[in-house]
Amino acid sequence: MSFAPGTRVTVRNDWPEAKGVKVHIRTPHFVRGKTGRIETLIGVFGDPEFLAVGRKDAPKRALYMVVFDRADLFPGTNARNETLTADLYENWLEPAP
Amino acid sequence: MSGNHHDHLHTHDDHAPVGATEPRPEYARLERAVRELLIAKGVITADDVRKQIELMDSRTPAMGAKIVARAWVDPAFKTRLLKDAKAAAEEMGVDTSNSATVVALENTPARHHVVVCTLCSCYPKAILGVPPAWYKSSAYRARTVKEPRKVLAEFGTFLPEGVEIRVVDSTADMRYLVVPMRPAGTEGWNEDRLAALVGRDSMIGTALATTPA
Repeated sequence: MSFAPGTRVTVRNDWPEAKGVKVHIRTPHFVRGKTGRIETLIGVFGDPEFLAVGRKDAPKRALYMVVFDRADLFPGTNARNETLTADLYENWLEPAP
Repeated sequence: MSGNHHDHLHTHDDHAPVGATEPRPEYARLERAVRELLIAKGVITADDVRKQIELMDSRTPAMGAKIVARAWVDPAFKTRLLKDAKAAAEEMGVDTSNSATVVALENTPARHHVVVCTLCSCYPKAILGVPPAWYKSSAYRARTVKEPRKVLAEFGTFLPEGVEIRVVDSTADMRYLVVPMRPAGTEGWNEDRLAALVGRDSMIGTALATTPA
């Protein structure tokens, strides 16, 4: 699935670390399950979850810069006029409900 | 810390200060064991390791400062820098062949960028050299996303509330270089004079470019 700039997306609330297998995840904990919007498509790169464990069959995935309002990420904090971007692979993103 | 705008009272006991990273002796032992094995098995030589360290240490923030100063005086170069920072750095004689993609982020009166790598310590090494120890510390990495204005204030950087603070978490294949705003009072300055105003921290976003006295 590809996303146009400005599209609202929700990061999958998935925790592969908790499944007891060794993984390398580049999606920070604090954005999982959170909704932001696509800032830009950065490019297409090999999936680091495969590359980090030496797998040669890493699929190519679109990488997006996603921008969040910091107040949504850390409710209760004083976060006026503060945003945060993270670079996230397409398989971690879903259209926001 | 300097603090004439630091008008709220609080103690600093509730969080770790942004400082040097904690020593991890187990990683030092692991590095040594892997390096000695690679050399013993003929995969690399001790001279390869030495040369790589020498190359790493030869890169300094002075290169980034030159790039920023060029962008301040040459709008066409700035456009190229913001479009493809690796190609623009190559124009300035920086070897970026082994670097991940570099993206330049322009600070404006409306938006200030500050870069962090919460997952590890991603940094535009080809342009700025080795990151400072505090950039790799867990305090900087954790606190910059949770309380960026407070962290900036501890660096002596105070921005009006009307300025959007954008924390840029370098989570994947991008390395980010902040292009600070050109200070007032520098009209007509040449690139060398301007470059002297561009400190390392202004290209990470924890500081502004120096305003001439």
